[in-house]
Amino acid sequence: MSTEAFAQMAFWMLVGLTFAGAAIAVFPRNILHNVLGLALALAGVGGFYLYLGSFFIALMQLLIYVGAITIAIVFAIMLSRPLHLEIPKRAVPKVAMAAVASFIFFAAILGAVFRTQWAPAAERSTDWSVETLGHLLLTRYDLVFEVISLVLLVAIIGAIVTAGFTRRLSS
Amino acid sequence: MNSLGTYMVIAAALFSLGLLGVLQRRNLIGMLIAVELMLNGANINFMAFNRFLAPEPAVGQIITLFVMGLAAAEAAIGLSIILALFRRIHSINVERAQQLKG
Repeated sequence: MSTEAFAQMAFWMLVGLTFAGAAIAVFPRNILHNVLGLALALAGVGGFYLYLGSFFIALMQLLIYVGAITIAIVFAIMLSRPLHLEIPKRAVPKVAMAAVASFIFFAAILGAVFRTQWAPAAERSTDWSVETLGHLLLTRYDLVFEVISLVLLVAIIGAIVTAGFTRRLSS
Repeated sequence: MNSLGTYMVIAAALFSLGLLGVLQRRNLIGMLIAVELMLNGANINFMAFNRFLAPEPAVGQIITLFVMGLAAAEAAIGLSIILALFRRIHSINVERAQQLKG
């Protein structure tokens, strides 16, 4: 089998894994299964980033999403009561309306995608390297970089305050 | 596999699955998980435009990094709000959080 065919097959397997993970993240009632499905889907998206030519972003996806956010959600689940004890019944009309709404959204996006003529930029540089990325982050996107760090700091302090205050109030 | 349309369809499907999750779940943590799926759909679109159309291939990667950082902040603050709400109403069902309803 040629390398090209192998890459093609691996890509469609990646698509299957990602959508299986996304379906597990949305449909089962057990919240722990949802988190594991989310981890699978996020790892699959990291694989897409590899196909799109960015090894660095794929690693960041694994590190930040699969490594940090999923684990944080698992911690939040463990800190609250066993959640499989409390499964609210879903009203069928509400689920049907949600499905119809998201399907209409999907159809609208598909229409927009296939009706637009996507034209590549006239001159495209081929500089994909991590060096350029770091250089741009510290020159042109300097302000955004700093603001993101500030937002993260404020979010962490806010998380501590929000989770800590109510405990002091209620005990 | 090497065309813009494939990636955009994948991203749209992922985003719609996340939207379905946000609309139909009653569990707050489940809704947070679905929001993460939507953010990832948007990120795939950024990376695909970056790969196939953009004049400078570094910019889309930087935007994707920023979205990841904001998603981390959003997850931290959202989870702490969920924990605070759980201590107060002893449930993470959004339909029970209706004290402000009047």
